[in-house]
Amino acid sequence: MAVTLKDVEHVALLAQLSFSEEEKARLTAQLNQILEYMEQLNSLDTADVEPLSHVIELSNVFRTDVNRPSLPREAILRNAPVRTEKFFKVPKVIGDR
Amino acid sequence: MKFNERYEPVIGLEVHAQLLTRSKAFCGCSTEFGIDPNENVCPVCLGMPGTLPVLNLQVVEFVIRMGLAVNCRIAPKSVFARKNYFYPDLPKGYQISQYEEPICSGGEIEIDLDDGTRTTVGIIRIHMEEDAGKSIHDLDVDTLVDVNRCGVPLIEIVSAPDLRSPREAYLYLSKIRQLVTYLGICDGNMEEGSLRCDANVSVRLTGADRMGTKTEVKNMNSFRNVERALEFEINRQIRLIEDGGKVVQETLLWDANQNVAVPMRSKEEAHDYRYFPDPDLVPVLVDEDWINRVKKTLPELPTAKRDRFVTVLGLPRYDADVLTADRAVAGYFETTLEMVTVRGGSDARESAKQVSNWVMTEVLRVVSERKISIAEFPVSPGRLSELLLLLRGGTISGKIAKEVFEEMCSTGDSPESIVRSKGLTQVSDAGEIEEVIARVLADNEAQVKKYLGGNVKVFGFFVGEAMKLTGGRANPKVVNDVLRKKLEALKG
Repeated sequence: MAVTLKDVEHVALLAQLSFSEEEKARLTAQLNQILEYMEQLNSLDTADVEPLSHVIELSNVFRTDVNRPSLPREAILRNAPVRTEKFFKVPKVIGDR
Repeated sequence: MKFNERYEPVIGLEVHAQLLTRSKAFCGCSTEFGIDPNENVCPVCLGMPGTLPVLNLQVVEFVIRMGLAVNCRIAPKSVFARKNYFYPDLPKGYQISQYEEPICSGGEIEIDLDDGTRTTVGIIRIHMEEDAGKSIHDLDVDTLVDVNRCGVPLIEIVSAPDLRSPREAYLYLSKIRQLVTYLGICDGNMEEGSLRCDANVSVRLTGADRMGTKTEVKNMNSFRNVERALEFEINRQIRLIEDGGKVVQETLLWDANQNVAVPMRSKEEAHDYRYFPDPDLVPVLVDEDWINRVKKTLPELPTAKRDRFVTVLGLPRYDADVLTADRAVAGYFETTLEMVTVRGGSDARESAKQVSNWVMTEVLRVVSERKISIAEFPVSPGRLSELLLLLRGGTISGKIAKEVFEEMCSTGDSPESIVRSKGLTQVSDAGEIEEVIARVLADNEAQVKKYLGGNVKVFGFFVGEAMKLTGGRANPKVVNDVLRKKLEALKG
């Protein structure tokens, strides 16, 4: 299944990235190369292999329900490009989820 | 609300319940509500590079409780998935949720309809996930973001499209709230957002097999809003189809001020969540032992309790409904009843109706007048049972008991001390009452003549006068007996 220019535009939109036409063409080619490489896996017979969701054979790692200190608000907001005293600040967005 | 009868609404609900844990789902930050913005945040809930989420065990315990309460299958293995989307209140860029392998699936909830019948609503799945932060649009020209809620544990309960009216949706949601509060896993407060509800709505010609195109209605943040929003959307769809139009699959936001559901401005791409298993979180394995352990901690569920109140205690269905609506009220009633029966040496079935009357008409009245919860009510079950025993033993009359109750509500004093200090003990001594009645009859000769002339209605007047003279303390039964005897004697 080849990646089309349209797929690239769709994925770019989902990732909130904007590209020039040249970049889109280059990315389409690169993504196809990656997928072709991955195609090699299809030569393996996986009929008797269980689908895998995790590579580490661990399960049931839990923490008990106790509180630990949070970071000071100043530390939390330090990386924000725009902020108020207590909030992160972003361009107006309503409902566009 | 009546709809065009040619059409049948088909509704399914997705309910989010915030779990009553101390810490978040994947880190130790507090889940406390109403904290200053961005105070309960750490690198894990912000999704900083290099951090690893670790699942809160209590979250799993709570979701298993819910699953068992609605007869779900508990998956031996379930995994977490990332639901990817960009929104400012989701700093990680994805929400940790469950997708292909949720922890609970295939259950059902019974709801009692207004006509007294019961119907079953299928539960497709219940899964664990984390909450997102909060965007505030009206404090600034820009949007302000508070990420305190990021990572707060939720369960999402997805019903089958089995609901056939806004009223049924309302009853279903009430049942969910009752269940989660009984189970002690969520406080059930819709206004504060601890319980949230989205609806999938479609209409079809009554009797048709195929479902119509559905829309999703969001932002219904109260029980009343759910009913209203569904009524609005069902009517909108019916009118649209009647006018030859077609329902478009879209998401609508309920606007409670305007009473309308408005389409969300969203691009089709936004629904491409690209779920994949979260590599940071390992699978959750639940064996039979674990399930049985949780089963043992389940309290008696509301429907079972309600049925027991009717069959074992002999209460009317109405009383049982009122008393079991809230687990704390049911607990108050049961503790009071137990103390009355143990201390009074009586049978539970014999005392149940009296205790029920007092809890429903007196306790719940004061609770609602003062807008408090039953936990904050100043009269404990122990004190109420003392009062009821004074009443049953004849120490005070019913009328005085209500006065003493009011006094207990305002001072918190014990009924004995109120009765003693105010001299409210009931007068049952026939000799004392005879004197009172002799005075009543002597003071009201005209009325006595009327009575002797055949106007028996005056009898009530004499009783009233006798009660007045004793400040309401006379035992009404003794007053009646003595009065009847005296009047008979006068006739003779």
